[in-house]
Amino acid sequence: MMPMEFTAPTLDYLLLLPFLIVLGAACLGILLEAFLPRRVRFVAQAGLSILGLLAGLVALIWRWGSAGRGGADPTAGSASGAVSGDAYWSAQDGASATLMIDGPVQVLWAILFGCALIAVVFYAERHSHGGATAFTPMAAAIPGSNREAQAAQAGLIHSEVFPLTLFSLSGMALLVAANDLLVMFVAVEILSLPLYVMSGLARHRRLASQEAALKYFLLGAAASAILLFGVALLFGYAGGFGYEKLAFALSFRTGGESLLLAGMGLVAVGLLFKIGAVPFQSWVPDVYQGAPTPVTAFMSVCTKVAAVGALLRLFYVGLGGLRWTWQPILAGIAILTIVVGAIVAINQSDVKRVLAYSSIAHAGFVLVPLVGALTIQSGLPAGQIGSVVAVEFYLVAYGLATIGCFTIISLVRAQGREVTKLSAWAGLGRRNPVIGVTMVIFLLSLAGIPLTAGFIGKFLAFAAAWRGGYQWLALVAILGSVIAVYIYVRVIQVMFFQTPADDEDRAEVVQPGMPALIVLALCLIGTLGLFFVPGPLLDVFQAAGSFLIPSGS
Amino acid sequence: MLETLTPIAATGIFQYAWLIIAIPAVVAALLLILGRVTNGFGHWIATLAPIASFVIALVAFVQLLGLPSQSRAVVDPLYTWFASGTWQIDVALLIDPLSILFVLLITGVGSIIHIYSIGYMADDPNRRRFFAYLNLFIAAMLILVLADNYLVLFVGWEGVGLASYLLISFWAERPSAAAAGKKAFVMNRVGDLGLLAAVFTMLAMFGSSSFAAVDAGASQLSLGWATFVGFMLLLAACGKSAQVPLQAWLLDAMEGPTPVSALIHAATMVTAGVYLVVRSGAIFEHTPAAQLGVAIVGTVTLLVGAWIGCSKDDIKKVLAGSTMSQIGYMMLAAGIGPAGYAFAIFHLLTHGFFKANMFLGAGSVMHGTGDDVNMRHFGALRKAMPITFVTFGIGYLAIIGFPFFSGFYSKDHIIEAAFHAQPALGVLALIGAGVTAFYMTRLMLMTFFGDARWVKGVHPHESPAVMWVPLVLLAIGSFIGGMVLNGWIGAWLAPIGAEAGEHASWLPEITWLGVVTLLVVAAGVALGWFVFGRRPVPAVAPDKVSIITTIGRHDLYGDQIIDHGVVQPGLALGRGVALADELGVDPATDGLGWVVQATGNQVRRLQNGYVRTYGVTMAIGVVLIGLALVVSRLV
Repeated sequence: MMPMEFTAPTLDYLLLLPFLIVLGAACLGILLEAFLPRRVRFVAQAGLSILGLLAGLVALIWRWGSAGRGGADPTAGSASGAVSGDAYWSAQDGASATLMIDGPVQVLWAILFGCALIAVVFYAERHSHGGATAFTPMAAAIPGSNREAQAAQAGLIHSEVFPLTLFSLSGMALLVAANDLLVMFVAVEILSLPLYVMSGLARHRRLASQEAALKYFLLGAAASAILLFGVALLFGYAGGFGYEKLAFALSFRTGGESLLLAGMGLVAVGLLFKIGAVPFQSWVPDVYQGAPTPVTAFMSVCTKVAAVGALLRLFYVGLGGLRWTWQPILAGIAILTIVVGAIVAINQSDVKRVLAYSSIAHAGFVLVPLVGALTIQSGLPAGQIGSVVAVEFYLVAYGLATIGCFTIISLVRAQGREVTKLSAWAGLGRRNPVIGVTMVIFLLSLAGIPLTAGFIGKFLAFAAAWRGGYQWLALVAILGSVIAVYIYVRVIQVMFFQTPADDEDRAEVVQPGMPALIVLALCLIGTLGLFFVPGPLLDVFQAAGSFLIPSGS
Repeated sequence: MLETLTPIAATGIFQYAWLIIAIPAVVAALLLILGRVTNGFGHWIATLAPIASFVIALVAFVQLLGLPSQSRAVVDPLYTWFASGTWQIDVALLIDPLSILFVLLITGVGSIIHIYSIGYMADDPNRRRFFAYLNLFIAAMLILVLADNYLVLFVGWEGVGLASYLLISFWAERPSAAAAGKKAFVMNRVGDLGLLAAVFTMLAMFGSSSFAAVDAGASQLSLGWATFVGFMLLLAACGKSAQVPLQAWLLDAMEGPTPVSALIHAATMVTAGVYLVVRSGAIFEHTPAAQLGVAIVGTVTLLVGAWIGCSKDDIKKVLAGSTMSQIGYMMLAAGIGPAGYAFAIFHLLTHGFFKANMFLGAGSVMHGTGDDVNMRHFGALRKAMPITFVTFGIGYLAIIGFPFFSGFYSKDHIIEAAFHAQPALGVLALIGAGVTAFYMTRLMLMTFFGDARWVKGVHPHESPAVMWVPLVLLAIGSFIGGMVLNGWIGAWLAPIGAEAGEHASWLPEITWLGVVTLLVVAAGVALGWFVFGRRPVPAVAPDKVSIITTIGRHDLYGDQIIDHGVVQPGLALGRGVALADELGVDPATDGLGWVVQATGNQVRRLQNGYVRTYGVTMAIGVVLIGLALVVSRLV
């Protein structure tokens, strides 16, 4: 029935512009790497990345305004007039768009680009490393070999990490916009492959770093295989890859339920792996610890934002009709994730590992509003804060505090190396009150204590779940957050109220360079500012609306 | 019966109410940010801050007095915190008869304690930081009581918790202080859980968390939800006010400097739970179960606190036990319902004076005896420290309820109201009064009377004027507070839902219950004198004591119960999960993580094991999700 001819997709390039700019900057970075002389490469790459991300943000803001006025494609007109400022980009035909750029996507892009920008500035920090970067001088050399030592002596610097980050970021941007299972899979691969390499670039503890990379790669490959299998099963069920097809089949097809359920489960596993939800979290602590700290900052935030965005769209748009089935299962995973993350973190003796487990716990917290599924489709009155806005705000608060924490970790050193052993941090806060108090603010934000953005984030998240009918989940999550507080109080306790043992390497805070100071200042202002005046940001998120569900589904 | 006020917009002095909070907050920030620059004069600005707030509050109070009683609730909106369609949360201040009394107590007693601290902390190298934290506390506490909705109240609630944590562990070089701070922080979080759950329910039910909306909507709440909210609020109150079963942190909190104990752990913060219950009267009105729960918690705590007070030798811990016990009285009154609200607040105010007075007196004693807290090392201090003795004595007479002293009025009301509402609780409250008289007599005798049992080299002396003048001020309050407020407070609080009391004068009506109470108190005092006044007190605590004393000395085993019931299982669970999570790690490292020092080969070998294990966990996860999906179809 379908004519065997290729219909050129209609592309709204202006709407895609932010994504294209980032992708273009990544490609340009490869060329710079090849043709520029070595001594200017680092500065050029850092500059290009920062400019590229800024340009992406500008393009995003520019289209933000115009998308609302331009009016959406009539075929995309959503059932509810409450959705505004959405636009619609379709490939193939109006009924199945492979990419959807609507309000939440633009918000998620803004969060992704913003956090990546902060992380990339953090990459550029060299002052505190004595002129070197956090990355190995020669990734290809065998750890501990002469070549590596020579490279270090010659002052070689890997600047490939900048284009790699941008490639990964473009994969993330694609992932949140994917409205099609196949595009989603490709996006997952684009974001993951550069990350595997980046995890292996740490300057110190090369072996640990390379093993982290290998481990991440192996487990990531397994997760991708599971994801792909799930995609195939869902294709079998729906007869197409598009989310609309899926939603359509859900409403009208009878039978084939085992295909649907198995497919949904496997696809969910693939994405839950990326956010580090239990029981797919085992890679998180090792990789976060082994990767260079700036890369850890980037991936702990941006990967989570992208994968959560993908989960939101998959479950709200594609599988919205199956809400009653996936809600309890995701609720169970959320609780398991919170509890395991919070409880295991208590026994950790390494700061990076503590933060890794805290990041696992946060993956659980961010699932809480997602499970609540308080959206316009499920009866949320227009203009109220629902699950989507709660998730978005939560990610912002989490991102700022997490990047801030990792930046401070990179500044805590003994003999020129990062010291992440918790016991070596004893008394650090008293010796360096400014850095100490800054760290406390980030930790309190992660804990969700008032005066920080984390409080508003948790509040909105739990409120969304509560109002979405998942009161018990909100209660358990609050209880989990009480346990989680203990993690952060413990670090604060060590930093301020313990005296270092004599035989211990005493960690000291090195003088941060300008990039690190900028990162810290941005994170700090954001963390405190979003507590006192969260209104404007929430208004922007709310105005961006919820996911666009095209007619015909 | 329950009338609620519709708040009116702020004009005149009320528009500047935000200054009450802003002044201490700004000063705290200044002292912390400017750091050592302000070492020389920081404590003076910090002392002026609560005084300035007090003056503003006093003007506002006078203005409020001038208004007709039905318009004594002024809302001063500051800004919209966040809005979401039909519901929005404003940062706004509510000045009404209840909140203004708290503001006056906090800034008034707070100012006095600031002045006292100038002397008490004179030798501490971190005095500036101490004052910054004190101001931070004052600001947070004022947010708590001035908020016009539960969510902003929660911000203050957390803020006082944070300030209390910082101040308890102020002398962090003592491990016990650091541990006590952490304990207080974590136990308070359990209470916060209750408050958050209550706020969520209110938002979901009423679309707002403002007091006005909750008052108005409470009657439409189903019994189930009202009971849930009531118990959640009670949980919150238990955490903050150290009520059973969340009482254990208060005794440890005595590790903080004594002015902190006086301000935070006696006069103000720990009474926040009572404030919360009284403020939420509209909810409790609709849930007899939760209301009874409040009364029972209060009664149990008043007895437990008194029991602990009887068996401690540490003067501050006796006072801490007595604080728990007195707050128990307030909770009991609050649990009686509107008939008890005015009495709860009345006792809260008088207690604020006499307990701060006695804590500062204890601080003065410690100051004079080289920071000793063991009462077995005191004795005969009445001659060495006459002013401290007299002021402390007034506090003592107030707390045991000696006629015409402040506690006499406020506590009698509570016992009487309890008898009317629930005779069993009344009897227990009456017994509590007797026990209070007993242990306070013990404290007085061991500290100020008998033979001097001073440790060698200690020469007790009276404290400087900067410390005894505050004592005198508080002693005056402890003496006349009851007489002044007795005829007035019931009517004053009537607009917020309290039933006006019938006692309208400073002269108490003579009732049979009043006489019985006096007799019980007299019996307690006599017993105290009989046991501790007639023969010398041993300088070392005797080992062979009754089981009752042993239990009391161990705080009724509150720590052990929590340790064995919650902490140890929690840690064991954590270790178990950690081990399961990191299978393959060298057992010698006890599952604590990465083997840093291992050689490359060893690490590699371990890592190979890792990935395999990780793969297996993932596979198990997939199977579990599959099973869950199957189950979801079967049920």
